[in-house]
Amino acid sequence: MTSTLELKEDKMLKVQFVGDDDVLNHILDREGGPKIKKDRAQLLVNTQKIIKKPENELEEDDQEVLKDQNYVEVLGQDVQESLKNGSATDGGNKVYPFQNRKHPEKMAKLASELAKTPGKSVSLNKNDPEITIDIPQCSKGHSASDKSQLKNNDKSEFLSTAPRGLRKRLIVPRSHSDSESEYSASNSEDDEGVAQEYEEDTNEDILSQKIQAQNRVVSAPVCRGTPSKKMKRKKTSHLVEEYFEAHSSSKVLTSDRTLQKLKRAKLDQQTLHNLLSKVSPSFSAELKQLNQQHEQLFHKWMLQLHLGFNIVLYGLGSKRNLLERFRTTMLQDCIHIVINGFFPGISVKSILNSVTEVLDHMGTFRSVLDQLEWITNKFKEDSSLELFLLIHNLDSQMLRGDKSQQIIGQLSSLRNIYLIASIDHLNAPLMWDHAKQSLYNWLWYETTTYSHYTEETSYENSLLVKQSGSLPLSSLIHVLRSLTPNARGIFRLLIKYQLDNQDNPSYTGLCFQDFYQQCREAFLVNSDLTLRAQLTEFRDHKLIRTKKGTDGVEYLLIPVDNGILTDFLEKEEEEL
Amino acid sequence: RYTSTGCFVFKPNFKKRKISVPIEDYFSKGKNASEDSKLRFETYQLIWQQMKSETERLQEELNKNLFDSLIEFLQTSHSGLWKNSEDWSGEIKLREIPTAALILGVNVTDHDLTLRSLTEVLQNNVTPYVVSLQAKDCPDMKHFLQKLLVSQLMDCKVDVQSKEKESVQVIQKNVHYSMDSLSAWYMNFHVLFDPKMRLKRQISQFLIRMIKQNEIQHLHEFPLILIFGIATSPVVIHRLLPHAVSSLLCIELFQSLSCKEHLTTVLDKLLLTTQFPFKLSEKVLQILTNIFLYHDFSIQNFIKGLQLSLLEHFYSQPLSVLCCNLPEAKRRTHFLSKYIFSISCKREETQSLLENLHVYHTNYFLVLRCLHQFTSFLPKYPLGRQIRELYCMCLEKNIWDSEEYASVLQLLRLLAKDELMAMLQNCFKVFQSSSAKELGNTAKKIEEFLAQFQSLDETKEEEDTSQSQSKGLQKTDLYHLQKSLLEMKELRSTSKRQTKFEVLREQVVSFVDSLVREYLLPPDTQPLHETLYFSSAHTLRQHLNAAPRIALHTALNNPYYYLKNEALRSEEGCIPNVAPDICIAYKLHLECSRLINLVDWSEAFATVVTAAEKMDANSVTSEERNEVIHARFIRAVSELELLGFIKPTKQKTDHVARLTWGGC
Repeated sequence: MTSTLELKEDKMLKVQFVGDDDVLNHILDREGGPKIKKDRAQLLVNTQKIIKKPENELEEDDQEVLKDQNYVEVLGQDVQESLKNGSATDGGNKVYPFQNRKHPEKMAKLASELAKTPGKSVSLNKNDPEITIDIPQCSKGHSASDKSQLKNNDKSEFLSTAPRGLRKRLIVPRSHSDSESEYSASNSEDDEGVAQEYEEDTNEDILSQKIQAQNRVVSAPVCRGTPSKKMKRKKTSHLVEEYFEAHSSSKVLTSDRTLQKLKRAKLDQQTLHNLLSKVSPSFSAELKQLNQQHEQLFHKWMLQLHLGFNIVLYGLGSKRNLLERFRTTMLQDCIHIVINGFFPGISVKSILNSVTEVLDHMGTFRSVLDQLEWITNKFKEDSSLELFLLIHNLDSQMLRGDKSQQIIGQLSSLRNIYLIASIDHLNAPLMWDHAKQSLYNWLWYETTTYSHYTEETSYENSLLVKQSGSLPLSSLIHVLRSLTPNARGIFRLLIKYQLDNQDNPSYTGLCFQDFYQQCREAFLVNSDLTLRAQLTEFRDHKLIRTKKGTDGVEYLLIPVDNGILTDFLEKEEEEL
Repeated sequence: RYTSTGCFVFKPNFKKRKISVPIEDYFSKGKNASEDSKLRFETYQLIWQQMKSETERLQEELNKNLFDSLIEFLQTSHSGLWKNSEDWSGEIKLREIPTAALILGVNVTDHDLTLRSLTEVLQNNVTPYVVSLQAKDCPDMKHFLQKLLVSQLMDCKVDVQSKEKESVQVIQKNVHYSMDSLSAWYMNFHVLFDPKMRLKRQISQFLIRMIKQNEIQHLHEFPLILIFGIATSPVVIHRLLPHAVSSLLCIELFQSLSCKEHLTTVLDKLLLTTQFPFKLSEKVLQILTNIFLYHDFSIQNFIKGLQLSLLEHFYSQPLSVLCCNLPEAKRRTHFLSKYIFSISCKREETQSLLENLHVYHTNYFLVLRCLHQFTSFLPKYPLGRQIRELYCMCLEKNIWDSEEYASVLQLLRLLAKDELMAMLQNCFKVFQSSSAKELGNTAKKIEEFLAQFQSLDETKEEEDTSQSQSKGLQKTDLYHLQKSLLEMKELRSTSKRQTKFEVLREQVVSFVDSLVREYLLPPDTQPLHETLYFSSAHTLRQHLNAAPRIALHTALNNPYYYLKNEALRSEEGCIPNVAPDICIAYKLHLECSRLINLVDWSEAFATVVTAAEKMDANSVTSEERNEVIHARFIRAVSELELLGFIKPTKQKTDHVARLTWGGC
């Protein structure tokens, strides 16, 4: 990227992304290199380099004398004014740097650093002599000129971690098995080779460290000596090189330990919830204050909603409670629909359905677009109609699709539909192109709450909670409660059959014909079509899986742990 | 009936339901209600309505040319066909569908508005049979035709009601047949297309069918004209449509107004005028224009920004009650008494201040335009080519203190006579158009200058007979030669006699300079400027051009920024171990490369958290505490997953993949 930028004709201003090491070199260049061990935190700030061209070299046909710098200034200012706006703190330079290869042990090190000095903050890169030695800065710290000379060492540098002794010291005794070889690449074929390499490397650790130390000392004068122009050219190629280095190899070094060895059983939602309820919340006073600040905006939101804007909330922390309070304080007398975007069964269709429900429409629509058109006409005809839509997590899996967003956007663009939504995902704004943004007519509000995403994550097949794409109990109940009694009966039949066969290792599922027979006998369905329609519904909610057997017959299986199914049946019976 | 539990409908009891709360209540309730808040809200609505209708009027005016030429094209394209149908060129033309390609520019968001008004204009002036098709309405052929027919039928009320329904049903079954019926029914027909690429398939399908029709000589019964909206260049049409189709189109290009010109006009009519009292400060204006230039080129968005700033101004600035036309503002001065503590400031005084402010603005814009006349033609545009750039600079500070202004004066001093005269003429027009009394003599002065320039032409300048210093060629040595050369040089630079023109030019320049210094004072030097100027630029940026990613980053990296607890205070780049769980988990995960081992992560997390807790009372048994910590870890990890920082991976057991860059 940089090279093309440099090749380009003189623009008034250039913004260049430069890697840490290049910035380091740059600094060395200027200061003559006495301060090699610069803080990396400091370096980060310098990653964005702005070169300003003299004023009178402006391109003539550059119609707008775009004062980029002014723009940056304008955008970055007013920090004091907006105490609660995180966006103002720093530019994007910290958020989007290039990825570097990471040291496999860094996390543990940082952890122990954080742990060592409770209450006080210590960064990894402070001038603690013990720590600075084994940061593998070296490969990045030296200039391009001696890159080639070091190339053969590269591998060992990346691999060479802290000496074992140090690592043992750093890791708290709680860690279980340190004795086995812990490091290997992600692709298993290479496992052995890397493990071997690692063994060798550990032996060479001290040696390579010495080399590193030397290199560092050597590199500084070299940097100084190189003419700066030549350096620049090399810098770019060096940066590119490093980028591909970081991304080319499929190997990522991580330890091989698995959760099984940790002997920590997987928790289900309920125990997780119970455990978490024991945790006393911290900073409650501050959080409360934060929330109060947001609540002061409620009236303003109402005003702006009425004036044709829609409101989107962003920022860390669940905004569910905030919106819920907004609803209870402001919307008691208005027709409103709350939409839980995080609910796995949500779809645009169901949103539109509830809108038509509000309008007391009986009957069905041929397509979503017909429905939308009907709603649009209805709202345009009757200007006294007012509808508030509250969407939690507009950016959820189910709603983030282009078509869904288009339809919700069209809904929100109606003058008497007021939309207030929250987004959480890092890349959520990418959902909207200019056309959609103008449909939504957003006003953005940052509402950082630090609240836990309890409800939002409860449906998620969380990493450590439940694996293999199965549904946790709570969402199973949630989904099933929304079904008709017949559908529930059908599902119960399937559960019972599966539980009856749970000791049968060769059980592949219930064959469709048998299932149909059973359902008929229980007066749950009257034709095989209705059953099929019902099964499609289940499949959409990931409640069942179908498999074609060797004989071509369909087998139905519930991909949920048998334990959960038993629990579920018990709960159902309690309610009945 | 099946409903998802994802949606909950709340319908308040109708008996209980109050008549809806008036909006102004929300305006005043947010803050301590004051008597003037209602007035402020009303003023807001009034001004906004005026501004809105003004922008609509402008839009109409700007589009007029384009629409006129389009209409002309539409009216002639088919009538010409009938006449020429005898000779062979008409025969060829007969096979072509007249098509207008409308280049609308990249500001996609504004297209909707333009197309809508175009439809309206066509319906009023050419034919009622206009269908506007947009990509979002027509995901497939079925919808496409449905829209084509139904919208047509509903509008024109064809008398055969039953037939209608039939045909609509037929469409679903047999597209071809419906086309026949279509052509049978409509004599004159225009189709408008939105410039979306997604329409590709439909268009080509549709056109192919139309061409089949043509072959059976149906064009006589079905004179169809297509109008495509295109964002960038007409090449798109050829790329989207197969050659067989595009060769049958007779395309004529129409260029719509560029959005930059549009913006200039909007600014000119809304802000650079005393018609609307509301003004933007330099920073706000810059943010709005920057969003326009850097993000979307959308006039609609610009106007949205304007609306928001207007609203914010009236909402947050109590003095804004005086932001209305002069006589009304004078009547409202008593609202001000609350904010002015010195008794000496009488009502009359505020009224005169308001009057001064008004006069200031009248003069300001005149002189600004005048200065713009001078600067907009200078090479390299030291003060910008557009008047908005000049305006921004003048708003910010004393323009005459800037280097750019100095260079402008220098450049003006180098101008040739005809250039200067043209500029003066333009200026004269500017001043003449206004009725301001204070600047009346300025116009006169300019007129005088013009006359003087003219007279220069007639009285041929007497050549200054250069006192020929030909002292004859003498033999000199090097030293003397240098000396005499130096003398000559000095002589030329200091005592070089100026021509009459140069003297006059100097006068003009100093005249302009004096105007600028007198009238282009930045607004914050004026008393009561707060009433009219909206200056809270960051609010605007926060709501219009937010950066959610950076907000997340800040919240995770520096919790102290939000939670003002001393325990959370930390240096740049590090984080205290008492920070919220998610921050700690985030910070730890930054140290990993593409894959993260969950066990390592959880251990590191536990290390940090135990250390933080050790300060607290050691009440719980360690095993239980470990479990709780593990649960906290799980929560933090699943929250990070929700936020999109990590995702599960199958590359390696018990690993997650990082989804973000760097952060190292």
